[in-house]
Amino acid sequence: MNKLSLLGLLSLVIRRDLVLAMRRRADVLTTLIFFVIVVSLFPLGVGPEMDMLRKMAPGVVWVAALLASMLSLGRMFSADYLDGTLEQMMLVPQSLSALVLAKILAHWMVSGLPLVIMAPVLGLQFDMPAQALWVLIAALLLGTPILSMIGAVGAALTLGLRGGGALVSLLVLPLCIPVLVFGAGAVEAIVSGTSVGSHLSLLGALLVMALVFTPWVTALALRISME
Amino acid sequence: MLEISNLACSRGDHLLFSDLNFSLSAGDLLQVQGANGSGKTSLLRTLCGFMMPATGEIRWCGQNIRELGDAFYAEMVYLGHLNAIKDELNALENLRISAGLAGCKVDDKQVIAALRRMGLRGRETLPVKVLSQGQRRRVALTRLLLSNAPLWILDEPLTALDVGAVGLMQELIGEHLLNNGMVIYTTHQPLEVAGVATRWLALS
Amino acid sequence: MAINWFKYSSPSTFYGVAGKMVPWFAWSATILFVAGLYISFFVAPTDVQQSEAYRIMFIHVPASILSMFIYLVMAGYAALGLIFNTRLSSMMASALAPTGALLAFLSLWTGALWGKPMWGAWWVWDARLTSELILLFLYLGFIALHASIDDPRRADRASALLAIIGSVNVPIIYFSVQWWNTLHQGASVKFTGTSMHVAMQQGMYTMMLAVWSYAIAVSLLRVRCIILERECKAQWVSELAEVRQ
Repeated sequence: MNKLSLLGLLSLVIRRDLVLAMRRRADVLTTLIFFVIVVSLFPLGVGPEMDMLRKMAPGVVWVAALLASMLSLGRMFSADYLDGTLEQMMLVPQSLSALVLAKILAHWMVSGLPLVIMAPVLGLQFDMPAQALWVLIAALLLGTPILSMIGAVGAALTLGLRGGGALVSLLVLPLCIPVLVFGAGAVEAIVSGTSVGSHLSLLGALLVMALVFTPWVTALALRISME
Repeated sequence: MLEISNLACSRGDHLLFSDLNFSLSAGDLLQVQGANGSGKTSLLRTLCGFMMPATGEIRWCGQNIRELGDAFYAEMVYLGHLNAIKDELNALENLRISAGLAGCKVDDKQVIAALRRMGLRGRETLPVKVLSQGQRRRVALTRLLLSNAPLWILDEPLTALDVGAVGLMQELIGEHLLNNGMVIYTTHQPLEVAGVATRWLALS
Repeated sequence: MAINWFKYSSPSTFYGVAGKMVPWFAWSATILFVAGLYISFFVAPTDVQQSEAYRIMFIHVPASILSMFIYLVMAGYAALGLIFNTRLSSMMASALAPTGALLAFLSLWTGALWGKPMWGAWWVWDARLTSELILLFLYLGFIALHASIDDPRRADRASALLAIIGSVNVPIIYFSVQWWNTLHQGASVKFTGTSMHVAMQQGMYTMMLAVWSYAIAVSLLRVRCIILERECKAQWVSELAEVRQ
């Protein structure tokens, strides 16, 4: 029987997507630069008072991360859809959900992880204290994979549609509100001296839920869109 | 092996064909014919399980393919209009990945041998984006050589191929049928396989 | 007594049934609106705390409740369409969406009009307001996704999936917004109903029924249009009296 083990499939697809991303580095960098620019524009818009900036920082970084992750969603399935590889992937004699999970993980490593690494530097622009920076990293580490997962559903639903980019944001952004609330809330909590644990554990719970359901839902959405 | 009974397909609200009945057993070659828009591609995509049939059933070894799922996919290869190869990767990498996904254990030597057989000697490690349309099609067709699935579903396999490659394709199909394979395909070009009676299926 | 429900699930039968039902719901909506508005404006007494401004509640409350309920009904129909592949359920789901969106918008609008004299601000980031706003976004997403897919079958199935995801997400969103709001020291003045006057209750119930009838009438009318649009090639449509004219 021709069959690939589940782990074999995951690592094969992740490696494939990472190689493809490395050969198209410009796309990856665009998202990251977008993130940096959006965050850097806020002080210019609201004024340089450090007190206000420090207060705004968590929200600004999180909203920018949300927008940047929307920007990269188009790439998750559409290139594979256009050249027919997505069709072949649906014929792989293995669970499509597992394959989708691998694609989501690869997408996060390429577009989510760089944001997490970049965020502390941007936090310094807003004079965030060191402790808050650590919490910011932790919250982004838990939260950005959820954004990729919810985004995957939207990307799969809007596959091949005209104006898919704007549409996907309209569908996905409202669903991402809990991530934004708990993610930014965790950083604010450490600044105002209350407990961070509850926010981070709620984010973790959301992550587990997303991990369980979204690959399956995305696979279903892909089947609908490929028909 | 493959049995189709009372199959009907629709695209949107438009009925493409209905009451389609045929079966395919080891060593059979079936050519699907019909004008543009008669539903040839839709038929092949339905066989792959991408599209849900409006009515009717598709059975593989007596079981509905929807219930079989992965077990059916392990025994078929589909080659669509699109080549399903990545421009950024070279031919070798492309085939290594697609064979890996299909679950075939192949090493680089086998892949290179297959590519050479398809007339791509010296092109193995060039990025696919520098290859011509015909060469890309050849890379896609190499997937057939690397797979040991009995059922081939080919949608217009001969597009962009030159005379030499068409001859090669006929040879490959002939070999596959001798090994108890099955081929169902669509084409607008003549495809004659020596020693095998082609069956026709006309969609109107 | 066994009723053959599947008989009503075919668009051709339902088209006729809906056509007979529309006038009934339309007339009852009209009568109930007239009665309800009369009670709310002339019979119900002025509120001690909120003076006349409270009267906007007679529109606001039914619109809010129905906008949430319609989303659930819509997601239910969408799920039926997705699972059993019944075309009529998907048509019902897409017929309900604009009405739901309209009511959600009305609820926000009237809420803002009430908030200005009561809270001194058109908008406060209260959990209920924010959730209602997100509900409106979910409706708009459903409508936009359905509209941008040309193939009606794919449109039905894709937007059905979205509606189901949305309905699963609504409680999570509501909870998270409430959590967030308590962190930021609730800005809202809670509308704690002091024991409602009988006439107020009557007005509220009448208006509630009126909005119900309106929503049903409009959705049925819309589903009839959708059926005609989708089935325009079918034999039975060309035999309809109103089409042949």
